Amino acid sequence: MSSTPADAQKDAQKEAQRRRDLALLRRVRDRMDREYAQPLDVEALARGVNMSAGHLSRQFKAAYGESPYSYLMTRRIERAMALLRRGDLSVTDVCFEVGCQSLGTFSTRFTELVGMSPSSYRQAAREMKGVPSCVVKQVSRPVRNQEASVGDPHLA
Amino acid sequence: MNLTIHTTVLPHEDPDASVAFYRDVLGFEVRTDVGTGTMRWITVGPVGQPGTSILLGPPAVDPGITDDERRMITDMMAKGTYGWILLASDDVDATFDAVQAKGAEVVQEPVDQPYGLRDCAFRDPAGNLVRIRAVA
Repeated sequence: MSSTPADAQKDAQKEAQRRRDLALLRRVRDRMDREYAQPLDVEALARGVNMSAGHLSRQFKAAYGESPYSYLMTRRIERAMALLRRGDLSVTDVCFEVGCQSLGTFSTRFTELVGMSPSSYRQAAREMKGVPSCVVKQVSRPVRNQEASVGDPHLA
Repeated sequence: MNLTIHTTVLPHEDPDASVAFYRDVLGFEVRTDVGTGTMRWITVGPVGQPGTSILLGPPAVDPGITDDERRMITDMMAKGTYGWILLASDDVDATFDAVQAKGAEVVQEPVDQPYGLRDCAFRDPAGNLVRIRAVA
């Protein structure tokens, strides 16, 4: 509770600072949406807003409910699902196309989120060719945060 | 009944910054501008389409909104999870280039989406997402 005008002013300043911090996190999240296909990592994202990777990860998770690493990988996997459904790229091509540097990390994360490996998904998508696209959209809906309860070992 | 969709509302944080974005970056005309300070209500819309407007207004000014709710709304605006709008263009790629060239914050470059259309996205100065989709 504010008891004096000076306290009230201090509170208002604190609120304004908090919103500026949130806006900074928004810029980080927008950057992931914009540049996910680049070789981005949490360290690079943190440098972009002059934070340590650990601080960014904690603040981001407090604001958005998942770590920046998790957000970035989910963004990449969503895009990978779309590319794999298209069917004209190999799993390796798709992995690099969405900004993942390591096929192993990509496959592991894909399997965690989607429930099957990228190659099985690609195969399943091929078998669904000819199924009406509205049905495909339903069964292949993106998966953001499906694994949110699972601890994230990549938290810096 | 002959209803049209006439005005949609987006919150602003800094009215001048929002007007500059919708007028100078997106090329909309300013139709009305009432109030002062942060309590300003400004309508903008595309030239040649007087029947469709966006009202840029201060967030959470309904007196029935509690302090906690107001705080939540302004937090969500700052986080970029509150307001958004879907615009359309017959040439998404050219529109994207023009808007980007004017210095708008890009959220997503034009891409063919799995939901069956091509779109791109920008962030307005108040944290609203402005998505632009292709129309034939």
